[in-house]
Amino acid sequence: MSTDSTDSTAGSPEHLAALGGTAQHLDALTAALAERAHAEHLLDVSFTTVDSPIGGLLLAATERGVVRVAFEREGFDAILETLGTKIGPRTLRNPRALDTVARQLDEYFAGTRTEFDLELDLALSTPFRATVQRELTRIPFGQTRSYGEIAVAVGNPKAVRAVGTSCATNPLPLVIPCHRVLRTGGALGGYLGGLDTKRALLDLESSRDYAEKETLW
Amino acid sequence: MNSSPHFETVVRDHGDAVLRVCRAVLGPHVDADDAWSETFLAALARYDELGEIVDIRAWLVTIAHRKALDVIRRRGREAITVEDFPDGVSALGNPGDAPHEVWTHLATLTLRQRECLALRYVADLGYREIAERVGGTEEAARRAAADGRAALRRALTQHSTDPAQPGTDQAQPGTDQEGPHR
Repeated sequence: MSTDSTDSTAGSPEHLAALGGTAQHLDALTAALAERAHAEHLLDVSFTTVDSPIGGLLLAATERGVVRVAFEREGFDAILETLGTKIGPRTLRNPRALDTVARQLDEYFAGTRTEFDLELDLALSTPFRATVQRELTRIPFGQTRSYGEIAVAVGNPKAVRAVGTSCATNPLPLVIPCHRVLRTGGALGGYLGGLDTKRALLDLESSRDYAEKETLW
Repeated sequence: MNSSPHFETVVRDHGDAVLRVCRAVLGPHVDADDAWSETFLAALARYDELGEIVDIRAWLVTIAHRKALDVIRRRGREAITVEDFPDGVSALGNPGDAPHEVWTHLATLTLRQRECLALRYVADLGYREIAERVGGTEEAARRAAADGRAALRRALTQHSTDPAQPGTDQAQPGTDQEGPHR
């Protein structure tokens, strides 16, 4: 622009466009905004994205706790739209609010964590589904249950199909281990992250290190 | 339940326009960054009201304009002082891609001219809406924007073609005999 300032655009929108910030500057401003908005309780949802051995993950939290873990194949933009509609539109990328979740997931994938210690916000689940999903957190690392067994555990043995739906709509995969629920007879059933992911998680949990630990006990 | 876009996209889509308004009024230093943050914090606090607001950019720019004026009131002067920068630029990094002369020429405009230019060309508001925001008549807003535009054009043209001419007090050294400054 400085070399062409004799043209008729001088003083026009093109010059005001030059007042904008670099992407880096705007990113820094946005990051500082998110932290301040969080501190002032102005956010409905904080989120971040992280890498993992099973692909990119979106992590989202409200002030009550972690509210959503999503796989890349679900489409992060769609997930954020849904969070905006169902929780609230005041959503900003705010990695620091998800530090604990991200760290515990890292430890899980590294094989040094067998259960999560996090506040959960099941606002995206109906009451029955939330009951089932809380029950799933009781399935120990490295073990599996059938849909029927979970139906019995929540006191509703006939609700096998509803348990299946509760697993399929789990807002917090990995943290709530719906991958540990299989069909009677051991078939994998379904998984929002894909059957390859479900298999990979079950393999991770049955890996040699953990098998050794089990035998020690 | 709520059809407002999630706020991350609002910042992504309009953050740059808000910064341009803040900088047009305040110059490229940290004051403009502060006004930018105050704008989005205020927007967050009032985001529930957004249901009836059709033009998010115009809404944000209106807030940004007001926040920038708040800063001016606090610091007790209207002018962008050229002496303030580049040393006074944001602690977060360079002020952007704007050539230095754009800032120096902008500094020669009055506050009213800068406001009207920003609201006209960044926010794309009409002069009646601009007049509502800066005060005065629609005609006065139109005049301020035209004067500001002409002053910028004049300054940039002189700067570029005849930097030695008296009155172009921001001409840079080393360009006096060699034609257009490159």
